[in-house]
Amino acid sequence: MNRESINNLTRGIIRENPIFVMLLGMCPTLGVTTSAINGVGMGLATMFVLMMSNMAISAVKKLIPDIVRIPSFIVIIASFVTVLEMLMQAYVPSLYSALGIYIPLIVVNCIILGRAEAFASKNSIFQSLLDAIGMGIGFTLALTILGAVREMLGNGSLFGWSFVAENADTMLLFIMPPGAFLALASIIITVNKLRGVR
Amino acid sequence: MAYIMIFITAIFVNNIILSQFLGICPFLGVSKKLSTAIGMGLAVMFVMTLATIVTFLIYYTFLQPYNLKFMTTVTFILVIASLVQMVEIIIKKSSPVLYQSLGIFLPLITTNCAVLGIAILTIQKNYTLLAGVCYTLASAMGFTLAIVIFAGIRERLERTDIPKALRGTPIVLITAALLSMAFMGFAGISY
Amino acid sequence: MSDKIKDILFPVITLVVIAAFSAFILGYVHNITLEPIKKAKDGNELQAIAQVTGEFDNNPFAEKMTIFTKSKKHKLTMYPARKNGHLNSVAIKSYTNTGFGGRIELMIGFNVDGSIKSFKIISSNETPGLGSKIDEPKFKEQLEGFYPQRQILKVKQDGGDVDAVTAATISSRAVLRAIERAFDAFNNFNSGK
Repeated sequence: MNRESINNLTRGIIRENPIFVMLLGMCPTLGVTTSAINGVGMGLATMFVLMMSNMAISAVKKLIPDIVRIPSFIVIIASFVTVLEMLMQAYVPSLYSALGIYIPLIVVNCIILGRAEAFASKNSIFQSLLDAIGMGIGFTLALTILGAVREMLGNGSLFGWSFVAENADTMLLFIMPPGAFLALASIIITVNKLRGVR
Repeated sequence: MAYIMIFITAIFVNNIILSQFLGICPFLGVSKKLSTAIGMGLAVMFVMTLATIVTFLIYYTFLQPYNLKFMTTVTFILVIASLVQMVEIIIKKSSPVLYQSLGIFLPLITTNCAVLGIAILTIQKNYTLLAGVCYTLASAMGFTLAIVIFAGIRERLERTDIPKALRGTPIVLITAALLSMAFMGFAGISY
Repeated sequence: MSDKIKDILFPVITLVVIAAFSAFILGYVHNITLEPIKKAKDGNELQAIAQVTGEFDNNPFAEKMTIFTKSKKHKLTMYPARKNGHLNSVAIKSYTNTGFGGRIELMIGFNVDGSIKSFKIISSNETPGLGSKIDEPKFKEQLEGFYPQRQILKVKQDGGDVDAVTAATISSRAVLRAIERAFDAFNNFNSGK
């Protein structure tokens, strides 16, 4: 694999991580991460749509006139989201009901339209796929970390494995809405420190 | 009575931003100044109400009777995107003053998940048209309330000395957490 | 063709083609997932029925019926569970909108003598780790064998006989309300027979 490909693949994972660095796709990030497993599920679902739409858009980019570019992209993305929605409903119903309204809302996730506009509409199919995989992994990683932190602090468990006594008091705040903001804030502080910002 | 309850629940108890996490991007992005926050709030209120009415009618006249429910997401997002663009063109032509204050926010609204989210939730909750409009209007008011309060706080934050590590995004998120905590006080209002 | 018409026509055709293509694919996927989705949904409910009733060898789905509360305000679904043709319990699907996170749907099993056999939450948006404990044994077990006719189906804070889940009184109250609704409909159905 040449240098450009590796660069496209790894960029989204840490350096331009969609959540911690770019702050894109905040709604599902905060909404579904009450447990680590939800984070993984949402991340993979988004990654699927991102890969499919990036490839499809890259394939048809030359055929689409400029004025209907955005509507065309939206239709393509929405189709893949609906396919995903039906497949999840059929084969992983419990995850589907846990993620709820956030599944159809993948359509308006800024990451997907953003990558379509900024990358897939200018690059080859293969490079677009690499970009999608990188961004998808970055997104999944971020969601999983956030979900894990919230689940450990708020529920005393990780991926459903409880590590505290049955009636122990956990910091419930972290699985409630305010905890989402607090946990994300602390993670971003840590990431900024690690990246050496300021 | 039922409508009043829908209103109170949607504005305070299940606030669209602070407890449902829909429309976080504009909430964090366009809340630096009070005046822009108010503009954004009004634009969202207008577009959201319009979008729910149109999508509601489309759903119950085309999608449901012809068994095309699986096209819901595609249809709704396309309708919302075209609607926003149309409103933008109309406002630009008819009232330049209004365009100055609202127009700049309109393109941002297309990818505002609150609009699509509420349109879908209205269908999922089996509301009638009137109840749906009530619910949408209240949700949009909840959005405006949250973003305006938040912008007010952020304007004051500008003038304070924030610890170095918290500058930028972290302090914004912490502020949002405190605001969300305040709104949690409304939870459990029941009828 | 003049350039102007071309400028309008071409984008329109592109968009229509994309939309048609998308509709075609979605229709196809819809068709192949129709069966599995129905199965997954029914499976979920059937599992809940099996958990709250005793043994049965009939198909409760085939015999389901709609019942009403006394005031005719609420419509619930009842699934009879029979063993060797003998009715041994029923499952009633009830709901309430007064949960901490809104709507809670649950399946409640009643013995023929009117006592509660068990219940199972089908869907809810209660806070994980707090309100969600309404589906855990500690809260459930005290209601198994409960006679709504003789005992008071309310949390202790409201003068009833049920211990609420710690720090989740609202969720507990909501569950009891839904059970009461199911019991009301069950009674109403029995008295109408």
